[in-house]
Amino acid sequence: MSEKHVIPVGTYVGIFTALIALTGLTVWVAFHDFGSMNTVIAVGIACIKALLVALFFMHLKYSARILWLYAGTAIAFFILLITITLSDYRSREWFPTPKAWSQPTATAPGASH
Amino acid sequence: MSSASQANEHVAHHFESAEQQRQSAQLGMWAFLVTEVMFFSGLFAAYIIYRSLYPEAWTVGSHMLSIGLGGFNTIILLCSSLTMALAVHAAQTDKRGASARWIILTIVLGLAFLGVKMVEYSAKIEHHLVPGAHFHLDPAQELANLQAAGVQVGDHLRHAMETVNTAHVQLFFSLYFAITGLHALHMIIGIGVMIWLLKTTIEGRYSSAYINPVEVSGLYWHFVDIVWIFLFPLLYLVGRH
Amino acid sequence: MSEASTNATATAAPKSYLDDGSTIRSWLLTIDHKRIAILYLISITIFFALGAFAAAAFRLELLTPQGDFLSAETYNKFFTMHGIVMIFFFLLPSIPAVMGNFLIPIMIGAKDMAFPRLNLLSWYVFMAGAGLAISAIIAGGVDTGWTFYTPYSSMYANSHVILAVTGAFIAGFSSIMTGLNIIVTVQKMRAPGLTWFRLPLFVWSMYATSLVVLLGTPVVAISLAMIFVERFLGFGIFDPALGGDPVLFQHIFWFYSHPAVYIMILPSMGVISEVIACFSRRRVYGYTFVAFSSLAIAVIGFFVWGHHMFVSGQSAYAGVIFSFLTFFVAIPTAIKIINWIMTMHKGSISFDAPMLYAFGFLGLFLVGGLTGLFLSTMATDVHLHDTYFVVSHFHYVMVGGGVMGFFAALHYWWPKMMGRMYPEGWAKFAAIVIFIGFNLTFLPQFQMGYHGMPRRYHAYAPEFQIMHVMSTAGASVMGAGYLTMFSYLIWSLFKGKKASANPWDSRGLEWETACPPPTHNFLETPVVTQDAYSFDLPSVTCVLEKKDKPEEHRV
Ligand SMILES: [Cu+2]
Repeated sequence: MSEKHVIPVGTYVGIFTALIALTGLTVWVAFHDFGSMNTVIAVGIACIKALLVALFFMHLKYSARILWLYAGTAIAFFILLITITLSDYRSREWFPTPKAWSQPTATAPGASH
Repeated sequence: MSSASQANEHVAHHFESAEQQRQSAQLGMWAFLVTEVMFFSGLFAAYIIYRSLYPEAWTVGSHMLSIGLGGFNTIILLCSSLTMALAVHAAQTDKRGASARWIILTIVLGLAFLGVKMVEYSAKIEHHLVPGAHFHLDPAQELANLQAAGVQVGDHLRHAMETVNTAHVQLFFSLYFAITGLHALHMIIGIGVMIWLLKTTIEGRYSSAYINPVEVSGLYWHFVDIVWIFLFPLLYLVGRH
Repeated sequence: MSEASTNATATAAPKSYLDDGSTIRSWLLTIDHKRIAILYLISITIFFALGAFAAAAFRLELLTPQGDFLSAETYNKFFTMHGIVMIFFFLLPSIPAVMGNFLIPIMIGAKDMAFPRLNLLSWYVFMAGAGLAISAIIAGGVDTGWTFYTPYSSMYANSHVILAVTGAFIAGFSSIMTGLNIIVTVQKMRAPGLTWFRLPLFVWSMYATSLVVLLGTPVVAISLAMIFVERFLGFGIFDPALGGDPVLFQHIFWFYSHPAVYIMILPSMGVISEVIACFSRRRVYGYTFVAFSSLAIAVIGFFVWGHHMFVSGQSAYAGVIFSFLTFFVAIPTAIKIINWIMTMHKGSISFDAPMLYAFGFLGLFLVGGLTGLFLSTMATDVHLHDTYFVVSHFHYVMVGGGVMGFFAALHYWWPKMMGRMYPEGWAKFAAIVIFIGFNLTFLPQFQMGYHGMPRRYHAYAPEFQIMHVMSTAGASVMGAGYLTMFSYLIWSLFKGKKASANPWDSRGLEWETACPPPTHNFLETPVVTQDAYSFDLPSVTCVLEKKDKPEEHRV
């Protein structure tokens, strides 16, 4: 980082072309059935695009390690929030709901007042 | 320290060197972008959780969005990222005029994005797809419309349209407006920053020795682009197959 | 007194930051981190008084079980006001924005924060947020509790939720600005020779705190923004009628609001490290462990938020994991406490007022931490959840830990900030009064909470009255302590003994410059050649370079 790195214009144009191509690819994939993989592929392509923008347009590739660390921290905590929260929702049905709760009947205690 | 090099006139009183100032500016912006990622993370969490609960509503919802307009906007933003990168490049290589022109182009592309967004929003308002009391969606009608428009309706979509709970679609649109609205707000702020950058560039404040504001504003602009890179497939493309 | 500090005062005494301009404009438009710290100090003192006033009102109400002084609705508004004001407008900015702002550049030998104008902006943003929150109070109050739980806040509450939420949202950005500034300043502006492991532990803990601020605050901001959108625009993000889940709000809210406890407590821990080292005349035992335990607390703090949601309808499996993870926070915390005790062991301890507050911190925070174990255990939490046991627990942590640390810092660095000494006898007296008052207030609350007294009720069963009366009496004692402190501190500003540069014969760069420091902190950039807390070395840590040249010629 002590040296200002000037990336040649050609690289920028190349990255831009790749980004447009990946956009086309993600649209194409969306119209084909890969089962549950559709979302995975879409997010995967988006991640590659984001990485290209960060590494080259945002010069991360040529930046100090501390900036990598901060960028990585952001991604890690983003994933943390989502996975832990999601794990709550995914595991809610694991716990069997007692019959008396799910099907209140007239004879259930307390319901006859 | 006493030699009055060209770089030194830009060094603020509390920094020891231009390099220290530059590194501080960069770290500051990246740290700010960390907070921006976390800012969006709450909405993304809501998006992912509700999608996992109501996948058919997300399928129906994404079919209500225009893939053409969304895709067009994606291209516009990618172009603006290129022009922004070139503006920084021009500033790095002391081409002030070129830098100003690339910034103008970036602003124009940013405005174009917002224009397209407005067209999309007004279409949603017209079709009563704004969440709230006026929300109205008739899946059977929409299915007929799609078929009339010559769209291939696969089993997946037909099943979603037939079984969807329209309240859940309203949830989809709540998140659609919240996320894209927040993104649009970032675009508006970004355009404001670009206008200021244009003014200071024309005034000749930057040279290859001092381009911190150009670089740092560029980082922000690219970040807003990255958010859209994720929003496009997640909102417009899910459940299209 | 150390050698270089005499030097610093001797060289053609430059204007102190307090004398560098006396107009209102020179204060309101200042970009000097020290003046901004003073602006923050004045503001948070006002908000502390406001929060204390609310507490006084509902403590009075709780003297009798009937609920005859305040109506249920007014009572709800008062405890909400107490929570919002004390958390968002006192505790969160207390040490970071006042002490961090004032001390960090001086401790690392810098002239100012990395972004001085951003620093000033943060104060204005803070005041704007506070203005909105206070306007909500004036307009008639908010009754949601400081947690703003949905769907009550988003759909049912008839109070001024939008104003309060917007105020807290905006104040969050001020927090972020300060945190960002601290991170960049510590990372990039340390004086030559000041390596990471020579930093005072206060700087380490402020860095860890700022990481929490950066990662957490935007998340609570977005959760509040979602309430705003739901209430104001009618979008139903948490609306069960649309399939939305109100518990999702709790997830997003507590993702920040649990780590927020560490935003309040980590800075205090940093202060305690400084104070205990100084008044035991020993280097902090296990420096690296204490330093890294700050980072560990910051990171682990993000994995445990679900312990607030054991009875909210969260999955029992998620609850088990959150409960398990919560216990891990105890490890770095225990490391700190053991190391502080080891620092005092065989040290030459003196009982000045800052040290008394540090002792207060140790005792009260320990009780707060240990009662936390009851609450992080799922089985006991089901019994204790939403009772006074919880109320007492978090007051022991946030007041016993956070506020005691703030008072320790205020006394320890008061001579540095104001250039005057406070009256030591009165300070010791107030410290003891506050300690006694605090325990009298909150110990009975553990008891009544355990016996089933729920929180947030204005009327209660008569058998709890005796403990409520004790609690209110304790609050009065504590209030008297606060007033004493306020009076002698104000008195000292005008009549206090002039402070020498290093009144405690302490170590660290902040003691190498004048009391109060000049505008740019140091006449020359200091060069650090020693570790922090080198009490065994007679001389000072910094060697001033080019002593003969006045500052203007240097840059
Ligand atoms: Cu917690």
